[in-house]
Amino acid sequence: MLEKIRRRYLLLKVDCEKPPNEKDFLNALRSSVIRLFGEYGASQTEIFLVEYDPEIKYAIVRCSHKSLPMIRASIAAVTRVAGEPIAIHVLLVSGTLRALRRRMQNIFIGKSVKEKNGVSK
Amino acid sequence: MKRLFVDLHLRPPINQIEKVRNLVEKSAELGYSAVGITLPIEAKGKDVEVIKKICEDLGLDLVTRIDLAPKSARDLLSILKSVRRRFEVIAVQCSTKEVAIQAAKDRRVDLLLFSSNNPKKHFFSTSEAKLASEKNSALEINLAPLLYLEGTPRIRLMSLLRRDVLIARKFKVPIVLSSGCDSPHLLRKPEDYMFLAFLIGLDPCAARESLSSNPMNIIERNRRKLSSNYVCPGVYIVKRGKDC
Repeated sequence: MLEKIRRRYLLLKVDCEKPPNEKDFLNALRSSVIRLFGEYGASQTEIFLVEYDPEIKYAIVRCSHKSLPMIRASIAAVTRVAGEPIAIHVLLVSGTLRALRRRMQNIFIGKSVKEKNGVSK
Repeated sequence: MKRLFVDLHLRPPINQIEKVRNLVEKSAELGYSAVGITLPIEAKGKDVEVIKKICEDLGLDLVTRIDLAPKSARDLLSILKSVRRRFEVIAVQCSTKEVAIQAAKDRRVDLLLFSSNNPKKHFFSTSEAKLASEKNSALEINLAPLLYLEGTPRIRLMSLLRRDVLIARKFKVPIVLSSGCDSPHLLRKPEDYMFLAFLIGLDPCAARESLSSNPMNIIERNRRKLSSNYVCPGVYIVKRGKDC
């Protein structure tokens, strides 16, 4: 019998001055996976961009749970997108999109409270 | 208890305080609790105080560090004598076999650094590992080159580092993972480094140790030695005063 596909959802923070467009962003992720693990490795990751918001500089990416270490290493290895220096940080990892969004709310609420109180970090 | 992460190797230009501030701010934002900044041998106390103040404001612990690149073993010995009590961490760039052996067997050396771009000048082998494990020196691996190199140089580097990790683990040489970067866009979170270390054969648990307890042990050991209460190995002044 076919095994149920287990997935992981990652919330990413895009750290750069000029955020890239969706296509460039996904291409950068894919080519980083290919550079590190080759085409065979990339075919196992099943990477998919669920959501990307260049304004608030956040993205949600889906991958297979077995390839999570590969994806996290590849995400860390992205240093440039469309010629612009960039760093992508993984903020959250979750098994379902719903759980990720719930935990994401906490991050954004916490951030806005900190900003309101004048805390820079 | 929350795990404390340390990045022992930041290389900002010390004379450009704004760049130092940016790098340190980014480290604090990414979740490090202590940072080691490479200082030049002629660093003045005033400069160090300014950097210390920046780190304190951000809630970071500053570790003063020097990177030595001696040409011979004799050179290394003479420099070590003059710098050991001035810096909290001493790293030696081993550019020759002779220097590598001397650095590995000297207790005053904390970190051994090897060339990451030239395999012919990479001298970490079983003999150095054996000496280093006896004298408590650690092998430092900078992860920034893994980020900015591409193609064949990166393949070569990963293969070299994987071999180093195997040797170090076999001889129980502590491994310290550092960023080794000079600009904020090459800095990553400790968790991201743990997954990058997966590329060089370090499992997440060992990578976590290499980012937290291994560098922390070095810092604590050296601070104890540099304190005024230290007499000699194993002997410390516990209390001073007339009532002793």
